[in-house]
Amino acid sequence: MIAAYSAGAALVWVVWVAAGFACLASGVAVVSFSNPFYSALALIGNLGSLAVLYLLVSAEFVAAAQVLVYAGAVMVMFLFVIAYVGPRMEAPWAGGPSWQTFAAVLAAGSLLTEIVVVIALEAGGSLGQDGSVGRDFGSPGWIGRIFLTDHLLAFEITSIVLLVAAVGGVILGSHTRRQVPEAAIPDDEREVAQVS
Amino acid sequence: MTGPGIVWYLGVAAFLFGTGALGVLLRRNVLIVLLSLEIMLNGANLALIAFSRHVHNGAGQIFALSVMAVAAAEVCVGLGLVVALHRRRLDLDVDALSELRG
Repeated sequence: MIAAYSAGAALVWVVWVAAGFACLASGVAVVSFSNPFYSALALIGNLGSLAVLYLLVSAEFVAAAQVLVYAGAVMVMFLFVIAYVGPRMEAPWAGGPSWQTFAAVLAAGSLLTEIVVVIALEAGGSLGQDGSVGRDFGSPGWIGRIFLTDHLLAFEITSIVLLVAAVGGVILGSHTRRQVPEAAIPDDEREVAQVS
Repeated sequence: MTGPGIVWYLGVAAFLFGTGALGVLLRRNVLIVLLSLEIMLNGANLALIAFSRHVHNGAGQIFALSVMAVAAAEVCVGLGLVVALHRRRLDLDVDALSELRG
């Protein structure tokens, strides 16, 4: 019994280390690739490994939604737009004044240090091992029940935010069609303007 | 208790947030700035979900789902702006887009 328990714990640790390392490495890759297309592909790997981490903290529905919404819909939209505007290379660590790079690294590093120090000082003592949770914690039925009872206002506000963003996206996408005369639109974009 | 404690998850979340902040501050391509913003949002999401498991409260997971919806909205508007910039033949460099500067 104890051997099986520790074997399960070791398996969880192995999966955690693999997913956490993939998560951090792909996060660094997103920032350091010069081609946005490769950055978007690395972000898909980042989202997938984050979904594995969510599964390990028994957030099953959020993990599924992460893969469906983020790695599915949002990243496909990203890849379409990157393919539409064409590859625009940019040397990641060159260009711009060097003091700007230095200040950016300093600001991000101090932000990270601040978060770590706050976690260690304020919550380090109380963040012990957590006990086990119920079997339906994080399941779709449980999420749906508390979403439609305790957190109904958040649910409705989320729907309004999504509606406003969709309307804004349509307005932004169709803005140039009204101002630019038909002859000024190049042939490759006329189709896009008619479809949208 | 099996597996790593919450502090490990918070460490990964903090590192992700720092990486995303570095990308937002350092990179000049609008698309990569948007991708780095997604990394920051995901770092915050990981911390929310880890705390939700720690305190046995579902509000953290609800908050994470709301953050995902807001991120989808942000990507919708941001990519709409990118497409509009591209149609106006403007450069997709955040340093070059300074028309609103006072």
